[in-house]
Amino acid sequence: MGPIPRNYLMRRLGIFFLTIFLAATIIWLIPRLAPGDPITAMIDRMTRTAGYVENSDIIIEGWKERFGLNDPLPVQYVRYLGNMLTLDFGYSLAYFPTTVSQLIAQALPWTLGLLLIAVTITFLIGNFLGAILAWSSTPRLFKYLIPAAMIFTSIPSILAALFLLYIFSFLLNWFPMLGSYELGVTPGLNLEFIGSVIKHGTLPALSVILVSFGYWALGMRGMMITIEGEDYMHLARAKGLKSFYILYRYMVRNAILPQITALAITLGTLVSGQILVEYIFAYKGMGTVIYDAILNQDFAVIQGTSFMLIVMTAMAVLIIDLIYPLIDPRISHGGK
Amino acid sequence: MSQPINNRSITETYENKDVVLDVKGLRVYYETPKGDVLAVDGIDFKLYEGETLGLVGESGCGKSTAAMGILQLITPPGRIVSGEVWLDSSNLLAMSEEELRQRRWTKLALIPQGAMNSLNPTMRISAQIRDVIETHEGRKRGDDIKERILELFKMVGLPGRIYDMYPHELSGGMKQRVCIAMAIALDPMVIIADESTSALDVVVQRVVAQTMLRVKEALGVSMIMIGHDMGLMAQMVNRIAVMYAGHIVEIAGVEELFYKPGHPYSQLLIESVPSLTERKPLKITEGITHDPRNPPPGCIFQLRCPFVMDECRSVEPPIVEIRPHQQVACHLYKEQEDGSVIDVRDIATNP
Repeated sequence: MGPIPRNYLMRRLGIFFLTIFLAATIIWLIPRLAPGDPITAMIDRMTRTAGYVENSDIIIEGWKERFGLNDPLPVQYVRYLGNMLTLDFGYSLAYFPTTVSQLIAQALPWTLGLLLIAVTITFLIGNFLGAILAWSSTPRLFKYLIPAAMIFTSIPSILAALFLLYIFSFLLNWFPMLGSYELGVTPGLNLEFIGSVIKHGTLPALSVILVSFGYWALGMRGMMITIEGEDYMHLARAKGLKSFYILYRYMVRNAILPQITALAITLGTLVSGQILVEYIFAYKGMGTVIYDAILNQDFAVIQGTSFMLIVMTAMAVLIIDLIYPLIDPRISHGGK
Repeated sequence: MSQPINNRSITETYENKDVVLDVKGLRVYYETPKGDVLAVDGIDFKLYEGETLGLVGESGCGKSTAAMGILQLITPPGRIVSGEVWLDSSNLLAMSEEELRQRRWTKLALIPQGAMNSLNPTMRISAQIRDVIETHEGRKRGDDIKERILELFKMVGLPGRIYDMYPHELSGGMKQRVCIAMAIALDPMVIIADESTSALDVVVQRVVAQTMLRVKEALGVSMIMIGHDMGLMAQMVNRIAVMYAGHIVEIAGVEELFYKPGHPYSQLLIESVPSLTERKPLKITEGITHDPRNPPPGCIFQLRCPFVMDECRSVEPPIVEIRPHQQVACHLYKEQEDGSVIDVRDIATNP
């Protein structure tokens, strides 16, 4: 343990930047392989709304020149990488004068906030319930109730979102149908705004939590049962330690380690599940922005948002990797 | 080693000592879909103050299950069917969970079978000894506890530098010593060593065995040693109980058992101890074993016994003291009215 050795940190950071570089390349490559052309698509849209656009050829040519789409691909690629490094994702094609960075700056805090809270709650509740399920001193009643609460695990988060919307917004009218906060409220550090944010965030968070806590609970339960059979558990019982102390210091402490690894691995999936949920609730997060951008063939926004999500996920995995040796004494940074 | 590491003098005098552990009619069954497996089917023995009792027998004979039964650590599908375990004038089997927990380790400690995995991998060595001390004696000052743990390390020959280490940083022999240090931390009355040296190579095995014996002698604690290494047993224990299929078939002093084994099974077991000077086949494999779910009526060893008689197939043999310090459960030995014991085989050959 102790401080993180320099060479391990450097190597881990290297992997982090390599991941981002590869991701950026793929993000750049895929839209260029897909059919359709953003500028033509935009002119088409203008044509549809305005009926006829004069000199559309000149507009297309002009914009292509302006966005550098007439340059050879390698030149475009190198320029693209340079822009990504400075977080300059260009302009949104659909909402023209707005830059992609501005769109992301508006959306990212919402997504990060929602995701952080939802994932933290899911992880804590799931692991807590899993531990309780496997613990021999748990009342029998709980052992029947908890699996019943896990039926949501087998449905996708969008269905859970629709289900929650129907029950709690439509039928009971407890929570608002859509949005991140009420329109009349001024954003800022006032109680009204915070209350509104919590009210609007509850259902989206709940639909992420409901469908995924069972995953953690079952994983934890399995780990706990494996540890139950370990020799050190046998000795712990022979030592006459108190039941609750054995639960958290011997069982949960060891069972949680693979769960944390699993969290790092599934983080990407969690993000993608969130995108759909955000769309259903018209939540002002990255998910909604990405969905809009795909509909509008807004390449710059797709690139920018995907890139930021990948950077965020890679960063979270990096953090988990760096703190893991602090949690598991058997793992030393970079080995010997 | 210039001197033998055992102490035989205690064999002659143990009967005058106090009984610290008295096991009566202990039965532990494992539930299976086809009926209960009678892993331990009514064993009785006494453990005297300061003595070391060896519990030997082939794999699956129930010796570890017997130990776990005494420790009350049987987990489902196993269960204790009946019996009494008297320790310090109270019956462990009739206690509440909390009463039992308080007596664990303070009165009855365990040196586990798999020392390799018996330490919690995410706790420092010191913390794992500290938790058992503080659970039973209440919170202590950091300096006091450190001094005490280092003292324990010294007793089992461990260096102080492992204090802050984790189990994976220790060798197998060191881990086993940590387990010994842990077992003596609360100065228990009885220590059960469940094949504590089986997983170690012979050199480390001997060192650990010597450590165990030295510590035992220094503390005067009584010990039950479970194992199948007859050679090691001969050097470590005062008396040996031979188990076969959930029954104790013979309890005898080490010398009696090795030189004049009474029960046919003990005889086969002693004959099977490998020797450097001659190669001999393993005799014990002859005959078939019974289904552990459905033992035959009468003697438990009848199917493999070379001396089996009609009586063995119907009547369970009583325990007979065939000579001082040697009790055998076998129909070959008949107690006469005058108290002497005759061997039935002698009558058959010399009418």
